[in-house]
Amino acid sequence: MVDYLVVILSSGLMSNAHPIVVFITAGILTALPIFLFMAFFALAAVYAERKVSAFMQDRLGPMGQGAGFHAGKWGLLQTVADAIKLVIKEDIIPAKADRKLFILAPFIVFVGAFITYVALPFNQVIMAADFNIGIFYILAVASLGVIGIILAGYGSNNKWSLYGAMRSAAQIVSYEIPAALSILTVIMLVGSLEMQEIIMAQSGTIWGFLPNWFIFNNPFTFLAFFIYFISGVAEVNRTPFDLPETESELVAGFHTEYSGIRWGFFFLAEYAYVFIVAAVASIVFLGGWQSLIPGIMAGPGWGLFWFFAKTGFLFFVMMWFRWTFPRLRVDQLMKVCWKFFLPFAFINILGVGIWDLFVR
Amino acid sequence: MAATLIFWAIVLLTVVSAAWVVLSQNLIYSAVSLLFTFIGIAGLYVFMMADFIAATQVVIYVGGILVLIIFGIMLTHRITHVRISHKSVQRGIGALGAILILMGLVKMIITSPWRVIHSPDPVGTTAGIGKLLMIDYLLPFEVASVLLLAALIGAARLARKGD
Repeated sequence: MVDYLVVILSSGLMSNAHPIVVFITAGILTALPIFLFMAFFALAAVYAERKVSAFMQDRLGPMGQGAGFHAGKWGLLQTVADAIKLVIKEDIIPAKADRKLFILAPFIVFVGAFITYVALPFNQVIMAADFNIGIFYILAVASLGVIGIILAGYGSNNKWSLYGAMRSAAQIVSYEIPAALSILTVIMLVGSLEMQEIIMAQSGTIWGFLPNWFIFNNPFTFLAFFIYFISGVAEVNRTPFDLPETESELVAGFHTEYSGIRWGFFFLAEYAYVFIVAAVASIVFLGGWQSLIPGIMAGPGWGLFWFFAKTGFLFFVMMWFRWTFPRLRVDQLMKVCWKFFLPFAFINILGVGIWDLFVR
Repeated sequence: MAATLIFWAIVLLTVVSAAWVVLSQNLIYSAVSLLFTFIGIAGLYVFMMADFIAATQVVIYVGGILVLIIFGIMLTHRITHVRISHKSVQRGIGALGAILILMGLVKMIITSPWRVIHSPDPVGTTAGIGKLLMIDYLLPFEVASVLLLAALIGAARLARKGD
């Protein structure tokens, strides 16, 4: 995308400018939409989350009623108002905190989420960069966030923050393994790490009517989808795996001491990671931009629609989890990961290998 | 042109943060600085067209080893104390060792026959690495796996007190 923009800019608008200026402009033009998308998705996701939780609890949620200033019809502007509040809120750094780490931490978490979007294919053409190692790159840079979370917990010099950070790091590092191993089953079948090739391998049908997505491909990838998705929910610290943030025990976990825009960065990154988990699940197992009915509604515009429909549905399932299940205990959390998901992920890899050799 | 600029930026990031790892008196700052060194080295791998190694570098060193290092620091008994410092000791022997290693590295850089790749298009290396590991270097690969398994079992044994 950057190379493409460099060519367009240097032949058209910026033909007289210095090549480095053109390159930086092209870089910004690629990065800015990603940032705007992250911000917009966080706003939309918070609104959706509040509304869905309200409907599940037989409430109305934000409605924005009353005289004077109010937050639009059905409370549509509620999260916008919240965002403005966050930006203009006082920035507090605790006196006994480690200032440098405290300031650095939200940026590491945010950058970790931001650079992951580079390799996400939104449809056949919209993609910042199609790497040889796309999916592996996403798994790799997503692990940057852990460091930021640990630094936030440590730098705050607060015992709740520290416990939240330790729990969060232990949880993310553990659940990364079954998640990555589940994706490996699909990579074995595709023979490539490139995102577009993984999606391309899922075109066509099985038995003439089922779309040839990897979730339907064989019993092992079917199981792998659920292992990946649940591990993904655990990786982004959402209920029922929200031990790092347990309000009743740890105030708010690793971001207890943060306020204003610094907290906003954590928040933005958290929803960005949620989107990434849903997007990767929909790309790897649900065919990404491939249509539900193969051959029909297949253009780039429809590609965008299918991608967001699948990702949005998975995000809805995550919200559904959040307002349905109670929280796990720490020992249960680790037991689920190491005693159930990990062995099943290994069995899946073995099973897919056998399936690929003998059944297909 | 832009690539050269990015290359030197990455080199600067790697060298400055590596120097900070050594020179900082605060243990946790050293660990954080190591993060930027690892990312810089991953960037250098990208410039060597070693895409798979670059991502592996981030997964193993940033996602695994650095987290372990920071956990190790945080699990010391002064866990709630923000400032854990480390002083420089044995400067003479240290300097001698550093100079010897530097000489060895410089000699290796000068004498090794570097392959210059002329095609700017990146070629995927993942499949090649996989085939080499599973065919030509299967025994070393399996030995490394067994070693890691032994370490895992040993750690689990040490963690279970009283059995």
